[in-house]
Order: sequence, then C-alpha cells, then structure tokens
Amino acid sequence: MDRLPRWADVILVPLISLFLAAFISALVLLAIGQSPVEAFNVMVEGALGSAYGWGYTLYYTTSFIFTGLAVTVAFHAGLFNIGGEGQAQLGALGVALVCLSLDWPHWTLALAAAAVGGAVFGAAWAAIPAYLQAKRGSHIVITTIMFNYIAAALLVYLLVDVLRPAGQMDPASARFPAGAALPTFSEIPGIRQFYAVFGPDGLQRVNSKGELMFTGVPANVTLFLALGMAVVVWAILWRTRLGYQIRAFGKSEAAARYAGISPVYIIMVAMLLSGALAGMMSVNNVMGEAGRLLQNSSEGAGFIGIAVALMGRNHPVGVVLAALLFGFLYQGGAELGLILQIPPEMRIVVQGLVILFTGALDMMVRMLLTRIFGLFRSRQLGAA
Amino acid sequence: MDYNTVLQILDTTLRLATPLLFACLAGLFSERSGIFDIGLEGKMLAAAMASASVAFLTGSVWVGLLAGIGASLLFAAIHGIASITFRGNQLISGVALNFLASGLTVLIAQAMFGQGGRTPPLEGAARFYPVTLPFADTLREVPILGPFYYEVISGHSLLVYAAFALVPISWWVLNRTRFGLRLRAVGENPAAVDTAGVSVVGLRFAAVAITGVLCGLAGAYMATALQAGFGREMTAGRGYIALAALIFAKWRPVAALWACLLFGFFQALELNPNALEAISGVKLPGPLLSSLPYILTVVVLAGFIGKAIPPRAGGEPYVKER
Repeated sequence: MDRLPRWADVILVPLISLFLAAFISALVLLAIGQSPVEAFNVMVEGALGSAYGWGYTLYYTTSFIFTGLAVTVAFHAGLFNIGGEGQAQLGALGVALVCLSLDWPHWTLALAAAAVGGAVFGAAWAAIPAYLQAKRGSHIVITTIMFNYIAAALLVYLLVDVLRPAGQMDPASARFPAGAALPTFSEIPGIRQFYAVFGPDGLQRVNSKGELMFTGVPANVTLFLALGMAVVVWAILWRTRLGYQIRAFGKSEAAARYAGISPVYIIMVAMLLSGALAGMMSVNNVMGEAGRLLQNSSEGAGFIGIAVALMGRNHPVGVVLAALLFGFLYQGGAELGLILQIPPEMRIVVQGLVILFTGALDMMVRMLLTRIFGLFRSRQLGAA
Repeated sequence: MDYNTVLQILDTTLRLATPLLFACLAGLFSERSGIFDIGLEGKMLAAAMASASVAFLTGSVWVGLLAGIGASLLFAAIHGIASITFRGNQLISGVALNFLASGLTVLIAQAMFGQGGRTPPLEGAARFYPVTLPFADTLREVPILGPFYYEVISGHSLLVYAAFALVPISWWVLNRTRFGLRLRAVGENPAAVDTAGVSVVGLRFAAVAITGVLCGLAGAYMATALQAGFGREMTAGRGYIALAALIFAKWRPVAALWACLLFGFFQALELNPNALEAISGVKLPGPLLSSLPYILTVVVLAGFIGKAIPPRAGGEPYVKER
C-alpha cells in the first residue's frame, strides 16, 4: 500500500475523522428532531461567544489537557490506560488531603503541594496495574477498568464514613481553608478585566466593601500548570533518553528489549507518569473550582482523555488543541441543554464518535485517502 | 439468620446472575474467536433501551426482545467492521461503542418519551413475568427442599432459565461441534485456520454476531424482566463485571456459570446488608462489597488463583500474508 504524505497523515486524517464524527452527530440531532445548524450556533455562542463562555471552556480544557497527556504518555509506551478516571479520583483525594492538612499561608505554596499530592496519589493508583502488567502479564486495560470501579467505591466509603465532617448530610469533605483557594480568571489581574461587571450607568459595579465586581468563572491558574505539563511531557518524550526508551518500547517491544531497555522499568515509569498527570488534573476541579472533595469529582474527564489523546495524535501540541475542542464541546453541550433542552448526553455521543473514528476506524480513513492520493499519482505518471 | 432469608438471598442471586451470565457467555464467544470486546456494557444498554421502548410501543414483550437483540446486533456489527474489516484497535472500538450507547440511549429515550431519558413503566404483556415450575406448589410443604424448590428454583422469568440452559449449549457448541473447534482455533492461530481454507473473517463475524444476540438477551432481561422499563445507565457496569467473570472463569462456559453466580451473590448481599452483618458479625461497608468482583478479578489476573491465559490471538487483527 502506498504511504500517505506526512502532512496528510498529521493534519488531513484527524480532520476527516472529526468531520465524520460531526456528520454523524448532525444526523443524531436530526433524528431527535433538532436542527444541527441551530445547535452548532448555540454551542459556538455559548462556549466561545463571550468571556464568560471562555471561562468555562478553558476550565474544561484544563482538565482535558491533563487527562489527554496522561493517555498520551501511556500510549507511547504501547499501553492503553483506561484508568485515568480512577487515577484522577485518587488524585482528587491527594489534593484534598493536602489542602485540608494545614492552614495554607499563600495559594502558590498550596498549589505546588497539592499538585504533588495529586500526582503522587494518581501515580500510586496507576502503580498496581502497572506492576501487574510488568511482572505478571495481567492485561493493563482490564486491570485499569477494575481500578476505576474500586476507586469510585473507595471514594464513596471515604466520603461517607471518614472525611465527612460531623453533622453534614451530603457525602463531601470539609471546605478547604481560604489559603488553598486558587485565583480564578475573575481574580487574576490582566485577565479579570474581561469579567468586569458593569452597572446601568456604564461604570464597573462596586460591592458593599468597595471592591470592584467581576463575574465568577471556574477557569483558574491551573490552566498554566496544564500548559506547562504539556511542555514537560514533550520534553520528556522527545528530548530525553527516557522518552526515547518509552517510544522505542511502544513501537517494538522486542527491539527495545534487544537494545537493553528493561520492559518492567519502562512500563512502570510510563504508567507512573500517566497516573501522575491524571491525578494532577484534580487540582483544577477540586481545588480550583469546588473547594472541597465531592463524589465523582472528575466527572468523566479521565475518559475524555482517551478521545483527546487520539484526536491529538498523541502529541502534546495536538493534545492541547484537542482539549480545547473538547472544552468547547463540553461548555457548548451544557448550553445545548439550557437553551435547546438537548440532554447533556449529546456530549458523550460526540465523544464516542470521535473515539470511534479517530481510534478504531482510523484505517478506514487512511485507506480512503491512500486511494484518492493514488488516483492523483497515477494520473501524474500517465501525463509524464 | 433464618432459612427464609437464605432462600431469599439465593433467589436474588439467580436473578442478578442472569444478565451477567448472558453477557459473560456473549463475551466468551467473541474472545474465543480472538476479538476482544469491552463493549458488552454498551450493547446491553442499547438492548435494554430498544427492548423497553419497543415493548412499550407494541405492548408485546417478544417484539421488544427482538428489538433489543437487533439494537445489540447493530453495535456488534460496528465493532466487527471496525476490528475485523478495518483491523482497528478492538479495545478502542469497544470503549467508543460504550460511550455511544451510554449517550444515545438517553438521547433517544428522551426524544421518544420525554421522561428524563427513561421509558415509561412496562405493564401487562409488555414485560416478562415469573413462571411457576410444575409441582412447585405441591412440593412446597416438603421440609428443606420444598421451599428451596419453590423460592429459589421456581418463580423466575423464562429468560433466567434460558440463560442457565445456554451454559451447556455453549459448552457443547464450543467443544463438540466443527464450528466450535474452528472458532477456538481462529482465536489461537488464525493463520492455521486460513491455511485450512476456512474464512477467518467469516468465523469472527459469526462470533461477533453471537455476542450481539446474547448481549441483546442480557439487556432485554434487564429492562423487561428484572425491572419494568429502561433508566439511564441501568446496566451500571454489569458489562464489565461480566468481563471480569469471563476472566475469572478463564474463558470456559461452565466456570463462567460459577463466576457469574458468585458475582451475583455479592450483588445480592449488597442489597441485603442486614443478612451480611448477621453472617460476618461485623459491619462491612457496602462499597467494599460492591467492589469485591473487581478486586477479585484483579487478584485472579495477578495470577494468585491460577493463571488466566487469554486466547493467544486475542486483540490482534488478522492480516493475510501476501
């Protein structure tokens, strides 16, 4: 079979997959009696049409960058980590324990400590499946799925019986101290101007304490941590010996083994990195948004990482772009529910379609393109 | 704890083991042919929604059952096309189909009935009812065995008996028929099957279709017999528990029966925490019990209770040599 030119492989294949997913989604919308054009407009308006919309879109994007990177690192080692969800939930536990442990003097210290806490707990949750895969050959896909359920059950137990403050009804931890609150986009100088609240007189409104008022949005400084992690992952994978070993192992285990790369070491390190990234995600939602540990804190973001990594072709730049796309999809999808009464499950449908076309039916798109390119090539040959 | 409570728990065990058993046998056929299927959950969910909606609209549970099987077959066909025809990643395809089913079922149920993604409750001929086995009433007075026959064995819907009947049938098909031999061979060494002039693609599609039918039965049972209607995410991870049971059973039909009964028993205990406390003497947290199937599976996978070796060619697309 002919090979595709590199630009087609990197850009055209994901774009066509995305187009196919969008096309089927449009058919689904038609089938449930909605107008795809109207729905698309609502999504664009709701997610990208205002600073407020962007405040949510970028909040989701932040989470998806972390989980997308987590899946990416594992993919490069030839491992399919479906456990991002469970690792993120355990990461949430780590973040919460760090935040509750002392009265933090400043958010920068709390952020650094919570990021480490989330990463350590996430990595620890990934370590068991990784060890079982490396040492005993248990399939990582099955074990990580099992660990998702075990994590959910563990969190239910901890929130109901251990972390819940006395006298509180809902299963959640105590609120974090004020020092552990991360600045959101409505509090960061330079960005918060977009969120200023204006009175009818055209002047920015002032609250009872005489402070300027800004609309609250959940996007917070964690976004910059996520972007930083994208750079770190890129540097590790393509600029270090470890990254080379991970990629070599993922391409061909036999060749890597022959070159003296230890499979146990690579599987462990790749999964620990992956789990750490998934766990770190919880800084965004638990510390940046909720301010306490809730049940099911990650809300499926761990699974979206799979779609993000596939769509982003397992490259940090692609992952950031795909995360933005899914951030748009999530915020836009929420707006669909508010304005057009389309259930939020529409987002899961699109997510499934993107995974199907970019992940499982990749070959179909590729075969199609190769045939089209072959057509052009043979015509050129005929002319010569 | 008295005898009646024991009988009640065993009765619930059979009820809850049934969908697991259907799904587990479904996975068995697919995986023995070399096609991994983590999309059991999605197929069950699709079947549950389709069977409940159609049963409600037509008023006939049998038409609903067919619709459920049809919906499950459709998902199986997509999985087959992605993983056999286009040699895609079988795990990714399964994950994608699970998400699709999870979203689509709610969207469609909401568009059809407008009840928050549920179907209206099924009544009358639109659902399966318990059948009383012969002599159950007369034998009831016999001490010990009588109540056991009456409470536990008798009084389930037809699908429960169908699921248990499928165990010996599956064993016979896999181990005593030409089709079964070839199916197992294609999961171990597809090249050998190909050399013998038997179509690898055909066999695998047949296996995936059987998986579709069985998952359809599992989903339809959930929505028309176990419960009266479809609710969002009603399968609640049973597809994954079935997968766990399959590994626990080391891909063998009779062992699958015991694994599903065990996991069904855990679910029954979770529903009856008082009985559990009476047996163990300590108060076990419910979450621990609900995660026992998963923990056990990890232990089995780790090789602490015998090694679980999957079919050798599982998960690998077959590429004919040129």
